[in-house]
Amino acid sequence: MASGIKDKVVILGMGCSKFGERWESSPSELMVEAFEECIQDACIERNQIDAAWFGAGIDAFNVGASAMPLAIALRLNYIPVTKVENMCATGTEAFRGAVYAVASGACDIALALGVEKLKDTGYGGLPQRSRGLENDMYWPNLSAPGAFAQLATGYRAKHNHNKEDLKRAMAHVSVKSHANGAKNPKAHLQREITSEQAVNAPYIAEPIGLYDCCGVSDGSACAIVTTPELAKSLGKENLVSVKALQLAVSNGTESSHESWDGSYLKTTRIASQRAYDEAGIRKPKEEITMTEVHDCFSITELVTMEDLQLAEEGKGVREVLDGNFDADGKTPCQIDGGLKCFGHPIGASGLRMIYENYLQLNGRAGARQLSDPKLGLNHNLGGFPHQNICSISIVGPYN
Amino acid sequence: MIGISAHSVYIPRARLSKKTIAEANSWFDANLNSLAKGERAICNWDEDTITMAVEAAKNCLASRNAPSIKSLYLASTTFPFTDRQNSVVVGEALNLESSIRAMDIGASQRAATSSLVSLLESGTKGDALLVSSEHRRSKAGSRSEMLWGDASGALLMSHRNVIAECVAIETLSVDFVDHYRGEESDFDYDWEERWIRDEGYLKTIPLAVEKLIKRANISVEQIKHFILPSDQIRTPGAVAKSIGIAQEAIVDNQIASVGVAGAAQPIVLLSKVLEVAGPGEYILLLGFGQGCDAVLFKTTKEIVQYKPSMGVEKAIANRREETNYNKFLSFNSLIEKDIGKRGEVDKQTYLSGYNRRKDLLTGFIGGKCRVCGTVQIPREKYCVNPECNALDSQDDYCFSDKLGTVATWTADRLTFDWNPPAYFGMVQFDGGGKIMMDFTEVEEGKIDTGSRVSVHFRVRQFDSVRGFRKYFWKAIIKD
Repeated sequence: MASGIKDKVVILGMGCSKFGERWESSPSELMVEAFEECIQDACIERNQIDAAWFGAGIDAFNVGASAMPLAIALRLNYIPVTKVENMCATGTEAFRGAVYAVASGACDIALALGVEKLKDTGYGGLPQRSRGLENDMYWPNLSAPGAFAQLATGYRAKHNHNKEDLKRAMAHVSVKSHANGAKNPKAHLQREITSEQAVNAPYIAEPIGLYDCCGVSDGSACAIVTTPELAKSLGKENLVSVKALQLAVSNGTESSHESWDGSYLKTTRIASQRAYDEAGIRKPKEEITMTEVHDCFSITELVTMEDLQLAEEGKGVREVLDGNFDADGKTPCQIDGGLKCFGHPIGASGLRMIYENYLQLNGRAGARQLSDPKLGLNHNLGGFPHQNICSISIVGPYN
Repeated sequence: MIGISAHSVYIPRARLSKKTIAEANSWFDANLNSLAKGERAICNWDEDTITMAVEAAKNCLASRNAPSIKSLYLASTTFPFTDRQNSVVVGEALNLESSIRAMDIGASQRAATSSLVSLLESGTKGDALLVSSEHRRSKAGSRSEMLWGDASGALLMSHRNVIAECVAIETLSVDFVDHYRGEESDFDYDWEERWIRDEGYLKTIPLAVEKLIKRANISVEQIKHFILPSDQIRTPGAVAKSIGIAQEAIVDNQIASVGVAGAAQPIVLLSKVLEVAGPGEYILLLGFGQGCDAVLFKTTKEIVQYKPSMGVEKAIANRREETNYNKFLSFNSLIEKDIGKRGEVDKQTYLSGYNRRKDLLTGFIGGKCRVCGTVQIPREKYCVNPECNALDSQDDYCFSDKLGTVATWTADRLTFDWNPPAYFGMVQFDGGGKIMMDFTEVEEGKIDTGSRVSVHFRVRQFDSVRGFRKYFWKAIIKD
């Protein structure tokens, strides 16, 4: 394996817009909101940015094709800008572009920005859209909850859980995230819920109920990255560095080969192990102190805890119910409220996750600040359980 | 001469109680109450003339070992496509050879009997498949809605294993306009029932039958089964009486259980008779419309050994009660339903892309790797087995006749579906291969991981803007 990028790149600044039903804001305005916070945090001028990576998931309801919308919105100085799209993992993909550019030495300072405007569709839930000419001809017309509900049935069948126990654990995931989100002024949903509400909510796609689903929001988040040396020379202290950045993409094995039983995310297992190797982490359960994972649905978070080796395989239900991933648990998960409370503006979510870990490591997380956080893991997932893209990034104090 | 070697039917599982039709409409026409007995077969939203034809033909072919089909006739007055050979779609769904002679025959209630006559007189050497299928449309609250039903029937015609041979044929072509459906209308327009009986059935059929009997050199008393497809309840009796055929010979039109299936009705009823008939029995099959076809069959000794894989009795018993009249109206586009914004997404079919994937989409063909033996669907250039990944190594492998098991599933209430929730999930096939696919006709609470499924050719999407419809295979939970 290559030596990796551990500690070769640090975060100079980050920004995140308020997430929510931003009826009044265009995608450009959301980008500027995140960027202004970010560039002030970085204490640089816009003209110091060498290159940018722009993440946007859905062309039709967002900014359209190409990287130009970012360059125009931020009045970037004719620098190279690349548009990236990798389904719901798009945000981390933008970050990966910027980080690799700096790690390679091609750029001193690079920008990653993600934005999505989901609330212009005229209806609730993620937009209905094409999956490509051929897939559209035979794929079921599945919604995102419909895709991930199957993870629940596959997981339950594999580990022989009863429906009620699994549903209670799924409810706990959401109750915990809502409790965290209630302390976050940037979250879309800032209200606590009860387990009864979650369990009894109407089904969206059995066994996924309303409160098992993340919100649907508008939002933008961004990061400016550079080398540790340059960050220091700019007077930056308490540097947060990138320890690992890995991506695994399904090759059709899960969807068409019998080796996958539908009970887990193969890409998450592969990408996280690569990330642990890159970061030099041998005992994730002990070394990772906080996680922001892709909780598009409560079941996804539960299964992800196992796939990240933070819970024992098949024991996720028990570990969730024991509170291991609550704010005061062993490894707090979604301390900012997660996708559950932020919603999931596709291009922005991956960067929003990193933003929270960045704030926590800087001691700037306000009412939800964890004591002594060390390594934060971000898990950003695109696609469906049977065909997907998984990004894992790990950030921590620069040594 | 070629004869009937096998037969089968397909009757949609959903049965609409006629009481619900009457309850919804008798405020306008109180006469409907007198017809509100029993139920009728109705297509699910994803069934049409083509899908029912595939089912009936599949059932028919399953009852005989490897027939070598050289021609396929599809008879109907409700073809989904007016210019795209519907029988060719059926043939490809059945994975028949592309060298078959395929033909659509329509425009009359005797489309199926005329096809049959044509096949019998064609002198063809190979096996032929005659399928008739009808997805009937009628105006809401009409008598027709009460009397008609959707169904399909198929006959395998062959020189081998003949269970019924043709004795004589007679045809009359008379432009008697009892009803019609013009180019510009969606529905039939008909004339008074009594006039049709007296001036139509009673003047045409006895004439043809008299000639037929003479030609066959038998007496009318020898006719054991008298099939006169009609939505007029008493007319077959009146016609039989006028000819001198015993009332016991009259084959019931199944108005109270299935409904009269238009051009498919003669074949459905013939199948019903062939299932119970003994050897050496005469069957008189009639088709009425712009004249009539009269075909006299005599069963052979072979009939004793033959059992259809889906006979009428079994098909009628395989039912699910539907009491929601609004759902029926919606499925048949008889009301303009608000389908929500998710239903508005454009559904254009890119015909060149469709054509590239036709083996998968219509034939449900995947691949079997010659190198490692892995069965897979869809078939891509490289084998899916991570230990193999061989290039261009797969032979055709047909999934349409395979059974499978539900590995994952859900009932999706967010996505658009004509009959929500949308059920879909991963199906693991016996003998290998798996794919995420739609489930259709799922009854709530009757699906779970481990449920057994069979697969069926169904409509996947309607493109109402361009008048196209896509088909694909869906899984149905086996009882």
